[in-house]
Parts: sequence; structure tokens; C-alpha cells
Amino acid sequence: MESTNLRALDVVVCLKSVPDPRCVGAITFDARTLTVKKEAVPRVISPLDKNALEEALRIREQRGGSVRVASMGSPGAAGNLREALALGADEVLFLSDAACAGADTLATARALAALIRHAGRFDLILCGARSFYGSTGQVGSQLAELLGIAHISHVSHLEFIAEATVSSKSRRENGYALVEGQLPLLASVVKEINNPRGMSLPGIVAARSKPLRSLSCADLDLAADEVGLAGSATRMIRVFAPLAARQGQMLGGAPQDAVLALVAELRRRGALPMLGTGAGGAR
Amino acid sequence: MSAPDLAPEYSPGVWRGLWVLAEQRQGQLLEVGLEILGEARKLAGRLNAEVSALLLGHGVAAHAAELIARGADRVYLADDPALEHYNPDAYSSVIVDLALVHRPQILLLGATSVGRDLAPTVAARLHTGLCADCTALDLDEEHRLLQIAPVLGGKELAIMLCPLRRPQMATVRPGVFAKRHREERPGEVVPVAIGPAARQTRTAVRGMVTEQLPGRALEQAEIVVAGGAGIDGVEGWRLIRRLAEVLGAGVGGTRPPMDEGYLREDQMIGQSGVTIRPKLYICIGISGDIQHTVGFQDAGVVVAINKDPKASIFKVADYGIVGDYREVVPLLIEELQRP
Repeated sequence: MESTNLRALDVVVCLKSVPDPRCVGAITFDARTLTVKKEAVPRVISPLDKNALEEALRIREQRGGSVRVASMGSPGAAGNLREALALGADEVLFLSDAACAGADTLATARALAALIRHAGRFDLILCGARSFYGSTGQVGSQLAELLGIAHISHVSHLEFIAEATVSSKSRRENGYALVEGQLPLLASVVKEINNPRGMSLPGIVAARSKPLRSLSCADLDLAADEVGLAGSATRMIRVFAPLAARQGQMLGGAPQDAVLALVAELRRRGALPMLGTGAGGAR
Repeated sequence: MSAPDLAPEYSPGVWRGLWVLAEQRQGQLLEVGLEILGEARKLAGRLNAEVSALLLGHGVAAHAAELIARGADRVYLADDPALEHYNPDAYSSVIVDLALVHRPQILLLGATSVGRDLAPTVAARLHTGLCADCTALDLDEEHRLLQIAPVLGGKELAIMLCPLRRPQMATVRPGVFAKRHREERPGEVVPVAIGPAARQTRTAVRGMVTEQLPGRALEQAEIVVAGGAGIDGVEGWRLIRRLAEVLGAGVGGTRPPMDEGYLREDQMIGQSGVTIRPKLYICIGISGDIQHTVGFQDAGVVVAINKDPKASIFKVADYGIVGDYREVVPLLIEELQRP
């Protein structure tokens, strides 16, 4: 639709810095303190949050307005937040306070809600449907509830059908629902929605002079019992390595021998389909 | 419409009962609701509490009998045109209103696209705790719910508790629990009238579009062949698919190949993906991170092929072959085709 006469929009993107998914094997858990051991694993913007940021940038290209990033995290996240600025965000608001550590999704949503309220007016909030790391997919819906706005989840397509009305595809397992809503609202997005742009050199240069504001809980009038572990309704009480339920029988020798032994075993156990009745559907 | 300023606190004895959302889509009950009902029945036995199913929709009353036969002592039936399609405002207002009146100690939902949106919405409105994607549930000595789920991309399981807030909420993936057999048992159906809040929704569902995805859903496949980060490119995946074809198997895998486009999202097996229970599961070039292994822990026979003898996948497999898949898989294909 014709966008030139429509009002500009203030979009907030919730972004989380996470350990690089490809380096997950290097992360270990301290069972005693129930915290992640601080290994030097590189951090990235959570993949679906990149899709959220991309969607925000496209909306700004069409409608004008602002793209601000809101994030709660530890100081190690700063590099990824600068990356968001380099990708095109106008400003970052970063809640970095030790009191926020150990937060469950409700405590996280509470902290982000305070951060976003502090940022002033907004029309639309975008976030990834779930983060890599934690991956509950709960924060978006809870944040919307705490801010008193509507939400649409698993959005694979978003467009404006009127100045302040969105139409979206909200993914289901076997298709999608067509959902409309009035701004302000929150949309959590899935990978399908767009292909995120990469950083450009002019973008990286411009990022240096864009504001990255670090705030504490005190700045946001957040009490200690509202955030972090103290503000969480759920808590982790134990971490353990699961017992292996299977007797791993290693089939050794030359590959040909191992394969023969395997197929013989599978036939013996009736785990293979009968010849000629291959069920189809493989792809 | 802002969240009500409530803080339901835990008082022993006040919050009683296990509730399960009996999710339905376009008039059909989803299996996951029946599976969780089966587990809830077991927990209820230990808690000496009742199990109630929440059935929301339009024209769904006939399903109440099935829910009772599968373990529900009570079905709260909210049948109204306004509930025909899932809408977070409508569904959560019905559930929250019921929860504040009847005070269940536990509320469980399937971790489906709907459950993953509805559960956090309800949990936020009730200011209570919610654990996602639990792979097991248990009770502690004080009869509090223990929610067990894999932790942070790691190799361990975490046990979580919601000590103070009620209801204790959790989502559980399809395929984790088993349905209970049908039986003749008593149960009551409680019709629920919906209030204005369920009709004044801030978003509107204009329609549902069903898409037929190619191939069979992985959850129904009797045999699944899966590839991981160890599979090299187009040629490697061609080999995986050829093996699957020979076996009449579904194809799945882990996150890295999905991120690179070799697999769709519904082919990713694991905590953030699908849970499967095939008769035979063959995983190739997969290291065995628990994020993935929880996705097939109840498979019949598990075979692992990996060139790293120390890969943790071998600890959760019935049979393991250490070798290069580019050598092993063609031999396997050949042997399987031998009459």
C-alpha cells in the first residue's frame, strides 16, 4: 500500500546476546553454583532477533521513524549491541545490572518492560520468537502482557493494511493463521519472515557515534525483588547428567564387517522393513 | 487491558487439582493433550488430586467424553463461536478466570505453536512460573511439581521448581508422554460461560490456512535417518536421503544443517524441534548433544555412525559404528538392498 502519507513509526527491537550456537559444545554448567561457567565462547545476536531487527529496518525504510534496540544482559553483550547499531539501529538501551542475573522469563519480561517504558513511546515491538539459549519462547508474550499491549507470535509475514493496522501470518504446525491487530502491539518473528542484511562498512563507521545507553535497575526504578533470581517464580534446583539408558554396542573392524554385523542385528530385532514394502515418504 | 495486579500466593491446601489444556485445532483434539492427560493421571494418583481438562473451542462438546475416557475427572467446556480459533486474549481470559476461581495447583499445556503462546500469556496474567519443553515431570517430598528439561545448550538436565506461585505451569512437547488407554470412568462436564473479555480481543483471526508439507510428518515415521553437522554439503545430504529412501524412512537432523538449509524447521529433532519415537533411528555425523538426544530418547533401536570414537552419541545408542559416513553409508545402502 501507498506509504508516503502514513505516519512514521517508532519500533523497538528486543535483542539478546547469546553464545554462538556453533560453539555450544564448549559451554559447561557448574552443578554446584547452577551457573554457566564463564568460558570464552564468542557471542552473537540471537538468530531470530536478527530477523526481528531486519524487519524493523525494513519498516523504517517504508514508513520512516526510528528503530531502537532494548536488551538486558551482561557486559559481554556490548559487542553484539554495537553490531545492531552497525546494522542500522538508531539507538541501544542496555540494561546491564548484576541484580538481573538468574532471571526466569517473567523476571526478564519485567526488566525489559521497565526498560521499554523508560525509552518512551513506541508503536511496535519486535523480537525473535525464541532465543537460542534458554529457548523457551516465552518472553515476547509475557513482555506484551506486562506492557498491556496485544501480541502476535511466530510471525512469518507482517504488513500494514492501514496506517496503524497490521496483518500477519502467525505460523502453526500445519500452516498459519491470518491475524490482524492495531498498534501498539508486539510481534515475535520466525526465521521465515526475512533474510537479515549483513553489516556494511558505512554502517560500522556510523555506529561509533550512535548512542548505546547502559542503564541499571536503579535508573529504571526496578526493585531488587522484581528482577533476576529474586524476582523469578521458577528456580533451578539441580543439574545432573542423565544416565545412558542404552547399552552401546560398538561394531568394530573394517567398515564392511561393521555394516554386515549391524544389518544382521537390525534384521534379528525386526527393526528393518520387509523388502518390497518400503513405506515411502522419504525425502 | 493491562495485566491484573494479582499475586496468587501459595497456601498449602488451597490450590488443588491438575489441569491440562485439551488443545484442539479445527475441531480435532490434538494427541499431545491426551498424552499429557495420561501423565497428569499418574501424578494425580500420587497427589490424591483430581484431573481436569480444559476444552475451549466451538462445536467441540463431543470431545468431552474422550477426555474423560482418557483420564479426566472433569472437563471444563468453554464452547463459543468466539473461541473457534485460538486467540491469546480470548483463551487466556477464559483460563485465567477459571484458575482464579478454582485454583489448580498444576496447569499443563502442550508445547505446540498455540501452547507456546498461550502458556506464557496465562503465566504472566497469573504472575506465576512456567517451564518450557519439559521432558519429564515428578513430585518432590512436599508434593511440589518438579519440572525437568535440558539446560542451556548443554549436556545436562535441570530440575526446576515453582516454589511460591500457583498454579505451577509447564509445557510439554508432543511425543514425550503416552496416552492412557480408554476406559469407562466417571467424569463431569462443567459448561463455562465466557465473559466480555473473551469477546473483546485486541487481535482478530481472519482465517486459517493449511499447508500440506511434502512428505510424511517425522513424528509418524517408523524409521528416521538423521544427519548432523558432520555431513558435508549437498553430496553428503544426497547420501543421507538415499539411505532414507532405501529404508522408506523420514529424514531429520540437528540445528546446524537446518540453519544451512538442508533441512526444514519441522525436520529438526530435539528440544527446540520435534520429538520422535520411531522403531529405528539412525543418526549420522551427529555428536550427541542433549539438545538433540532428548528428541529421540524413546526410539526403539538407535544406531549411531560418527568418525569420532569419543562422540557422546555413542552413549545413547544401541549400536555404534566409528567411521567415515562417506564410506559406511554406501556400504549400508548396498547391504540393505541385498535380497
